[in-house]
Order: sequence, then C-alpha cells, then structure tokens
Amino acid sequence: MLQTEQASPIAAAFAHAREVGRVALIPYVMAGYPDTETSEALAVALCRAGAAILELGVPFSDPLADGATIQRASQRALDNGMSLRGTLDLAERVAGQVQTPLVLMGYYNPIYSFGLERFCERAAQAGVAGLIVPDLPPEEAEPLRSAAAVRGIELIFLVTPTSPDERIAQAAEMAARTGGGFLYCVSLSGVTGARDRLPEQLSAFVGRVRAQTRLPLAVGFGVARPEHVAEIGHIADGAVVASALLNAVDAAPAGEQVAAGIAFLQSLQAGAQKAGG
Amino acid sequence: MHETAQKLNTEAISTYQHGVYPDARGRFGDFGGRFVPESLMAAVSELETAYAAACDDADFHATLARLERTYTGRPTPLYFAERLSRRVGAQIYLKREDLAHTGAHKINNALGQGLLARRMGKRRIIAETGAGQHGVATATVCAKLGLDCVVYMGAEDIRRQSLNVFRMKLLGAEVRAVNAGSRTLKDAINEAMRDWVTNVENTYYLIGSAVGPHPYPRIVRDFQSVIGRETRAQTLETLGRLPDIVVACVGGGSNAIGMFYPFAGDEGVQLIGVEAGGSGISSGKHSATLVAGRPGVLHGALSYLLQDENGQVIETHSISAGLDYPGVGPEHSYLRATGRATYVAADDDAALRAFQLLSQEEGIIPALESAHAVAHVLAMGERGELAAEQIVVINLSGRGDKDINTVAAALGVTLD
Repeated sequence: MLQTEQASPIAAAFAHAREVGRVALIPYVMAGYPDTETSEALAVALCRAGAAILELGVPFSDPLADGATIQRASQRALDNGMSLRGTLDLAERVAGQVQTPLVLMGYYNPIYSFGLERFCERAAQAGVAGLIVPDLPPEEAEPLRSAAAVRGIELIFLVTPTSPDERIAQAAEMAARTGGGFLYCVSLSGVTGARDRLPEQLSAFVGRVRAQTRLPLAVGFGVARPEHVAEIGHIADGAVVASALLNAVDAAPAGEQVAAGIAFLQSLQAGAQKAGG
Repeated sequence: MHETAQKLNTEAISTYQHGVYPDARGRFGDFGGRFVPESLMAAVSELETAYAAACDDADFHATLARLERTYTGRPTPLYFAERLSRRVGAQIYLKREDLAHTGAHKINNALGQGLLARRMGKRRIIAETGAGQHGVATATVCAKLGLDCVVYMGAEDIRRQSLNVFRMKLLGAEVRAVNAGSRTLKDAINEAMRDWVTNVENTYYLIGSAVGPHPYPRIVRDFQSVIGRETRAQTLETLGRLPDIVVACVGGGSNAIGMFYPFAGDEGVQLIGVEAGGSGISSGKHSATLVAGRPGVLHGALSYLLQDENGQVIETHSISAGLDYPGVGPEHSYLRATGRATYVAADDDAALRAFQLLSQEEGIIPALESAHAVAHVLAMGERGELAAEQIVVINLSGRGDKDINTVAAALGVTLD
C-alpha cells in the first residue's frame, strides 16, 4: 500500500503490518497499574518489542464493559492516584520515547468531566493518535469525534456480533470521516477477559464487518494465545490483547513485571506471521 | 473546581415543556441519551420497538390494569394524616404506596416490565437492587409469570437488608452478591449490565429506577405514573382541587417521577424531591446528587452525578440503602434544570426522627427512604413555610419493616 504524508499514524501502522505480512499486535497497558512507573516502563518496552499500536487504558470507577481482570487493574490504578490527567501525562512521556501510535481507551465520564475540547487539545499535545470510548456509541459520539478530528485524533468505534449491518456501516462511515484508523471488532457479546478459545462465529462476524468497509479490522476481547492471533490473522488485520497480558504481568514478581509483559507479547508474535506473508 | 464541566445548553431548557420528552434521541432537554457499549445497542433498540408496540396494544394495557387492581391492590389509598397535619400546620396527605403488594411502589414498574419481557419472549430476567425492594418486586413478578430471576445486590446492601434477601430467595430468585467498588446499588447495576452484555440474546434487564439508557427512564416513568395519576384523581375527587405541594424522596428517582410527572403540567403544583443528606452535605458523606452533583455520564445516561474533580464516581452514603446511589434519573435533571421541580436533602438523623414520629403518631412505619420525604415536610413546618389551608401530598413509597434492623442499630437497640 502506498503511504502518503497524510496517512495517520494508525493507518500507517496497519499498512506497515500488511506490507510485512503480519498481524498488527495491539497490547494494552492500564495507566497506573501495577504502579505508574511500571506502567510507563511496560508501555515503552512493549512498543520497542514490536507493538504496532499501544492501547493505554484510563482507569474508571465503574468499568461496566470490563471483566474481573481490568476491573481490578482499574481499581488499583485509581488507588495509586491515577486519573485521566495523569494518563495524558504518562502518554506524553511514552510518546517522547517511542514512535508507536498511542490510543487511549477509557470511559466517557472522565473525558466529559475534563471538557471535550480541553481534553482533545491536551491529548493532541501529548501525542495521542486515537481514542476508544466503549460507552460512546456513534449516536452519542459526534461532539467528541469532531473535537478530536480537528486535532488529528481518531475516534475508534467498536462493532460487535450483535451489531446489525447498518450499524456497522454507520460506525465505519463515522470512522472514515475521522481519518480511517480501524474498526475494533469485539469478538463476542460479553465483557473483556482472557478466554480459552475464540468464538466459533468470529469468522462469520468479521466477514460481515469486512463486507461493509475497507478499513483495517482489529479483533479484541478474549484474545490470549498465539493460536488466537494466528486465527485472527486469517480474517482480520490486528489483534488487541489486554486481560491476558495483565494476567501475565500480575503473575510475575515485582521487578520482573516488565520482562513478563515483553515475554508474553513475544509469545503472541509467534502467531502473528500471516501465511504466505 | 468544576469549571471544566461541559457547559450545557441552558437556553434550550430554560422552560419546562410537558409531554414532549424523551425525544427521538432519548433526551429530556440535554439529559438522558444512550451511553452504552455497542453490544447493548441492538438490545435497547429492540426494547424500544417492543415497548412502542405494547403501548399501542389495548390488551397489554388491559392486562396491566387488571393485575394492578387484583394483584398489586391498586388504587392505593390517599390518607389524611391528621396528627401529622396538626404538628406541621398544613393539610398532609400520604399516598400509601406502602400498601401495594410487596410493600413498596417498586411493584408498579416490575409488573409492567415483567409483562413486557414476557411479551418479548424473554425467559430470563435480571435485576439490580439496593434496599431489596425492587429485587423483591421483580422476584415476585417472575414467580407469578413463571420467569427465571437473578438479582444483583451489593454485598454491603445484603448485609443491611438481610430480610429482603431471604424474601427474594423464598420467591425463587437467585441473589448474586456484588463485591466490587462500594458494594452498593451502583455496583449492582454495573454487574447487571455485564450480565446483560453477556446474555443479551435471552435476557431481559428489568431496571428498577428511572435511570439507564433510553428507553428505560421513559418506561419506568410510564409504569410508575399510576401513582401520580391516582393521586391527582383522588385529590380532585375528595378535596375538589389539586394539591399545592407534592413531595417524594429521590434516589434514582422512580417513585418521585411517577408522582411528579402527572402533576408536572399543572403549573400551580409545587414539586419537591428529597435526596439523602447522609451525615450532612458538608460532610461529603451523602447521596444528594441533584443538590451537590454536576452533570456526567453513568449507567447509560447523561444526568447529574456525584463525582470527584477527575470524573470518577464517588462513594455515597445514606442510612437508607434505596437512596444510596450517586446518579439520578435524567428526567429529574431536566426538572431541576428548568426549575419545574426543586430538590433538597434530608440527613440521616432527620429521616430517623421522621421514621419514629410517623410510627408513633400515625401508626405507619415508613421505609427509611420515604421517611426522608416526611422529614422535609416536618422541617418545612418547623420553619413556618406552610400555611394551614395548604394541601401537601407525601408519596409514602414503601413500608419500613425491612429497615427494622438498621433503625434498631441506629437507636442503639440490640435485637435477638
């Protein structure tokens, strides 16, 4: 794919992954978890270890789309004093050390409370490339989308197996107007969390999304193993891994958590090479 | 500190408009909407369609009306509280929702939504509960309609409402303890929403207050409005005129919106919502969302919210589990923003005193939630704000049997 100077950092990351025949791996780090310093070190290390995009989680008191792992991490991050403001500061420090596009993932209320314009201004300054707001469907997203778009920040929408085709088309259209980053395909109807296997209907669902858009597609929720990444490689462009990565970090003793995160990402990379790539 | 909040378009909502909201976007003025994960969008759309169809179905209305009469025991009486009136110095009437089946107004909504769920072919019902009254009402309706019932309840609420937990189990419901966050109502709603996201194909989320994504605030208002419609007809019939003041307690706000809405178009009727002042507003330990909060997004709607300067939802406090919630229904935010209703707070001590006074001087043991509304009327009387001929209706939303342990503990009495 031809890369132009106008291509967004996110679009460029997917284009690069496609060129080298790999699944774009998108690891998730919760800002402030297990502590602020470690989350920063982990984010930087994951980018250097080959993350295509880094998702930086913003802790929230009521993460109703998340399962036990991210709920716990979110609470711990808040207990450590992390906030949206702190996450933006952390993003800025990470962006100063690596070229990998940063995407913030967080619930709407802290953003709304911060002020949409002020938040987008600060996010752009911090080097944030995209936003994922799980409780902000396209119907409610226009104020944030437009505030973000004028500053070159993309709003990334989620589509799910319960989304009818017309909603998928609507999300794709809104995403394309913002800069055309990618669509986040939620693999199942449920909350975040590592799972043993991906749903059987995943391929049919992603096919349904593919029929609506040419945007890159990343699959998330339940992604935990190299074979999951390989499976996703047959049908989509990227894989988001969050809870399983947090679990790996959790399981490591203090002082070895960054290394454990890198080792986990590297284990997934074994599945990231696309057949014939 | 709060200058960072979004400026709402106050011009557009400066005058209350009756009967036009929610609009097609599920908004009451600027409030409400549908802030939910994409996984639930198809489900809330399906609910909206099914509810619209039920509204157009005469059989649905007839079934609901029949069961309200024969099962719930409606209409509930409008009772003249003679001794309370003498004490306060005005004509005080109590709308006796405490006499409805299961002992609170919650049955009105549970019955309506239960019939709606059955009409939609959903066999599994989930609900959240704070004090346990909505959980009991939902378990009751599920038993009657033959539906499976799972109730999410904060572990802290399970501790202080053990009687209602046992009632739910007797009624055949499964009660699931929620240990996340403050382990109260908001966390129970979070967990119910997680269940709904996971089991959306076969599950109906029977939300208990006038909160949540559109169309829930509308649905709950509609099913609870039977309270205000009856009260309006009863005052006209027995007193020949409308009341001057209508008072109700507000947690999420379902009994209040059910009482207020049918009066909201009557300009001369003053509407007062009483929130839980906990240990006092200045202590920070309260649940007075409309008194002390600012707009934010929680549980699917834009409404007033108790939050810190970073937009994190803060832990609330109230002696009554049913009011212990940091959010509030979006229509109340609209009523507040337009000035059509006013919202005040009564603290724990005032509610306790009102609880005892109503027990001893009227022979009615009120729910601690409802005691907040009584407490405010007592305070108005003490301040000389009421005139002898004024008619005041208090929505007595529930009975207090469930609160006996809490009240005994607060009064330093040990029960066996």
